[in-house]
Amino acid sequence: MATNSTTEHAGEVTATEYINHHLHFNKQSVGEGDHPFWNVIHFDMVLISVLLGVMVAGAVWLVARKAHPGVPSKTQAFVELIFEFVDDQVKGMFHGDRHAFIAPTALTVFLWVLAMNIMDLVPIDGVAELAKLISGNDHIAFRPLPTADVNTTFALALSVWVMMIFFSIKVKGVGGWLHEIFGSPFGMPKLFTPKSFAGVIGLLLSPLLLLANFLFNMIEYISKPLSHSMRLFGNLYASEVIFLLIGALAATGILGVLGSIVLGAIWAIFHILVVPLQAFIFMMMTIVYIAMAHESH
Amino acid sequence: MEFNLSLIAQSFTFAILIFVIVKFVWPPLLKAIETRQKEIADGLAAAQEGKSALENASKKSEETLNEAKQKASEIISQAEKRASEIVDEAKNTAKTEGDRIIESARSEIDQEVNRAKEGLRAQVSVLAVSGAEKILRKEIDAKAHTAILSKLAAEL
Repeated sequence: MATNSTTEHAGEVTATEYINHHLHFNKQSVGEGDHPFWNVIHFDMVLISVLLGVMVAGAVWLVARKAHPGVPSKTQAFVELIFEFVDDQVKGMFHGDRHAFIAPTALTVFLWVLAMNIMDLVPIDGVAELAKLISGNDHIAFRPLPTADVNTTFALALSVWVMMIFFSIKVKGVGGWLHEIFGSPFGMPKLFTPKSFAGVIGLLLSPLLLLANFLFNMIEYISKPLSHSMRLFGNLYASEVIFLLIGALAATGILGVLGSIVLGAIWAIFHILVVPLQAFIFMMMTIVYIAMAHESH
Repeated sequence: MEFNLSLIAQSFTFAILIFVIVKFVWPPLLKAIETRQKEIADGLAAAQEGKSALENASKKSEETLNEAKQKASEIISQAEKRASEIVDEAKNTAKTEGDRIIESARSEIDQEVNRAKEGLRAQVSVLAVSGAEKILRKEIDAKAHTAILSKLAAEL
């Protein structure tokens, strides 16, 4: 929410510069060397996401530690509400022992992503001013919204992707998994049955069929983490940019300030809906992917 | 789109969070909720049981009450019957007793009458004899006429 923003920038900074500044991560170099992957980290994203993770996990842990079957306190009832909500979603899609892994994982994803998404509603300039105050550096870059960083969303999506492959192999075995990759969705011809003309043709065409299956599955394996992570990233990144545009509007004068207050309020209220919705969608896709990995074609 | 070490860091954070939730958060919550669900189910079953027990008891008490009422009315009618019997008996007894008393009174009266008659008869005969004696003293010898006089007395 950038409505309380940038009158101080108005004189010196253009809207583009303002937006660009707010889209810079707090990059820190790690270790020796200057490899763009291994020696760079977004300190702000990792700091905030770890803090939020500790907060939500700690909060539910504090409640779970004292959870009792009697009449629950309001806090416990609230946590149980979320618990039942997530559990219901998993129950509808996964038919196995969901309590061992998939349901708690879904709860983790939901709580963490929800907490990170909520940072969307924290005024960006407020966070920036706070970072300036703490660091003493007037030009420090600091972004508060971890889910508007592809590193965060891809970290989540790729972890889910790894779980997907892990459970696929665990449930079906390596052979079963490979059979699925090459044998579905178009099926696999029965080998060594060239008894009829059609059988011979089928056998001749079978490498093509296997290739088609393989390509199809590769597309699926690539598109799953992409759509999983890009959906969340895209929504939250766009939301942040719109907030920045509204913030830039505030720098155009008194009417701009009034306009940005109204627009910012509307956009923030809209995102009260979007923030949990995106967290919910991310959780649902996590459940679906892991549940699908448990089922054989 | 710039990927860097954050990707790895966030993945590790995610893994640790999943571990914490799987190990320390989910099981106690699940246990609490499932125990409560079981308790509620048990409670509902017990309530149902209690309800049917109450129904049975009230049915039984009604039956007992009806039986008792029936018995009571039986007893009352028996008592009434017995009472009327007793009254009848008493009436009969009284009547026979009365009859008997009347009978004995009557026979006593008869006896009294007879006795009085005997006495009168004797006295009359004595009076007659004495009267006749007084009249006939001079002219009739008592000894000569005794037979006639006693015959007369017997006829009275």
